[in-house]
Amino acid sequence: MANLKNVTKKTKAQAMGMHTEVLTGRTQQKFFNPDEAENFYYFGTYDVDFNKRTDLDVKDMTAAEANKEIDNLMSQGYGTIVIKNPQGKHSLGVGILNKLNLIFEGSLGYFGMGSCDGPIVRINGRVGWSCAENLMAGKVVIEKNAGSCFGAAIRGGDLICKGSVGARTGIDMKGGTIIIGGDAGAFTGFMMQRGRIIILGNVGINLGDSMYDGTIFVGGEIGSYGSDAVDADLTKSDQDWLNRKLKVAEIGENFDVSKMKKIVAGKKLWNYDNLEPTEKKGAI
Amino acid sequence: MCGIAGLIHRGKSSKVGHELQGMLQALKHRGEDSTGYALYGDTDGKNFIMRFKVGENVGEGSTSVAEDVSVYDKRKKIVDGYLSEMGAKIIKEERILPYSLRYEIQYDKKDLLEFSQKIESIPGVEILSMGKSLEVIKDLGNAKMVCDRYNLDKLVGTHAIGHARMATESGVDIKSAHPFWGYPFSDVSVVHNGQLTNYWNNRRALENKGMRFMSECDSELIAVYLAEKMRDGASLEEGMKESLTGLDGVFTYFVATKDSLGMAKDTMAAKPLVLYESDDLVAMGSEEIAIRSILPQEIDTYDPFDGEVKVWQI
Repeated sequence: MANLKNVTKKTKAQAMGMHTEVLTGRTQQKFFNPDEAENFYYFGTYDVDFNKRTDLDVKDMTAAEANKEIDNLMSQGYGTIVIKNPQGKHSLGVGILNKLNLIFEGSLGYFGMGSCDGPIVRINGRVGWSCAENLMAGKVVIEKNAGSCFGAAIRGGDLICKGSVGARTGIDMKGGTIIIGGDAGAFTGFMMQRGRIIILGNVGINLGDSMYDGTIFVGGEIGSYGSDAVDADLTKSDQDWLNRKLKVAEIGENFDVSKMKKIVAGKKLWNYDNLEPTEKKGAI
Repeated sequence: MCGIAGLIHRGKSSKVGHELQGMLQALKHRGEDSTGYALYGDTDGKNFIMRFKVGENVGEGSTSVAEDVSVYDKRKKIVDGYLSEMGAKIIKEERILPYSLRYEIQYDKKDLLEFSQKIESIPGVEILSMGKSLEVIKDLGNAKMVCDRYNLDKLVGTHAIGHARMATESGVDIKSAHPFWGYPFSDVSVVHNGQLTNYWNNRRALENKGMRFMSECDSELIAVYLAEKMRDGASLEEGMKESLTGLDGVFTYFVATKDSLGMAKDTMAAKPLVLYESDDLVAMGSEEIAIRSILPQEIDTYDPFDGEVKVWQI
């Protein structure tokens, strides 16, 4: 195997100063040639017009029917879709790999907005377990509360809950940002590997248990720390970033971020590349 | 997987049988091996209502062994004899199904332990519930099937809890179906979603203290555990709080009494629960769609946190 320490040619990301580490072990990091961008085709996407708006009443539809109809509307160029009467149905809005303004006038059940890449979503209600699981990019805003496993395994994007969330928020997350306006349950950040979680309220027991990397910011009380989770210094750049994120998320107005606690992984990692997927995208 | 649902009206009565049927039917994808209702009906509070079975439903995927129906008649006759011996007077008798009966009984003694032990000493006989308001109805099939079979749609009352079961820890039969009566306490019932991992240790300890188990379903432990705590003088809420450490495993359970309804969630919050609370109604279920079946309008709901115990009064 080639010794990467001896490789002197810098990648574009390194040249831009986005990361400086010299990888010595196995990595799946790949860099794409921007000249080939026009050859990339993202399956299941459409050209949509955000000014083209329609309503979709899903009261008498199954989740599969509703999701197919959303896809059908996107194929017709609708860029803003308002879903009426979701009534707690499971698996609504899953698998959207498109730019789209999606608004739910009501609450979702389990697995809402799972495996999405790109849409901007506002849910004027509550969401059940596993909302936005595997989110790649985009923004999902929940106006009320959320169930457990909120943002499980997300890789990018912003996931915002203005109310409180259940247990295991951000479990296994690999990137992106989760912002909670209220409280969060037990095992928040369990086994998180990258990304950031911001909780303005209190958080339950075993915070950040077995986390590999990533950062958790907490404004309120912490029930207990999980294994491998330790306190870190809140820097000026952390505070600037927090203020910027909260402002964009339209949450926590006048919240004093300087009093937040910062929690990171205390374990030493080997063969680990801490560049976020979204930062890799930016390096292209 | 299993699904649980419950509701309590505060300050009024409603068709709780119909409402709970809608909630449980919305959860039928979580399990329809059996469905059970614990309904707290409007009564004058003078007589006990005893729901009991003299056999099992042997159809609909049951794991029970078929018996000759004549055996049911023999068992019923012995029950009637024992009731008479104990000074209990049957005011009204309904035989809803060959194996399922409902008696209204005039019985003046307060301690139901001796009463229950006597009745259940008859092989194949189990008291499903005993109370002045509580009626536990459980059978194989989904919520609508059980509701239609027992004509529960019109039952008016203040609160109710129910369970849609996917059998995992024990057989497909009525004895393993929820809700479980909080034997020997009048008007106490329990439903549970989850799995208890210290069932046998707790069972042995409780049996040594004189408590009774009718099935090998781990969920029955919760009813017996709480009953034992209350027997020792604890309030319902105190017993529920103790259960968070006394019971090991993952669980969300509901417990109801004549005038209250409570919920408890394990310290890992591994089992789901969605809750709606207003001044006149509390409704909760494993999934929001259960609540939506009775409240289709947009409402505020939330997930209780890990280790949370709540109790509401009518």
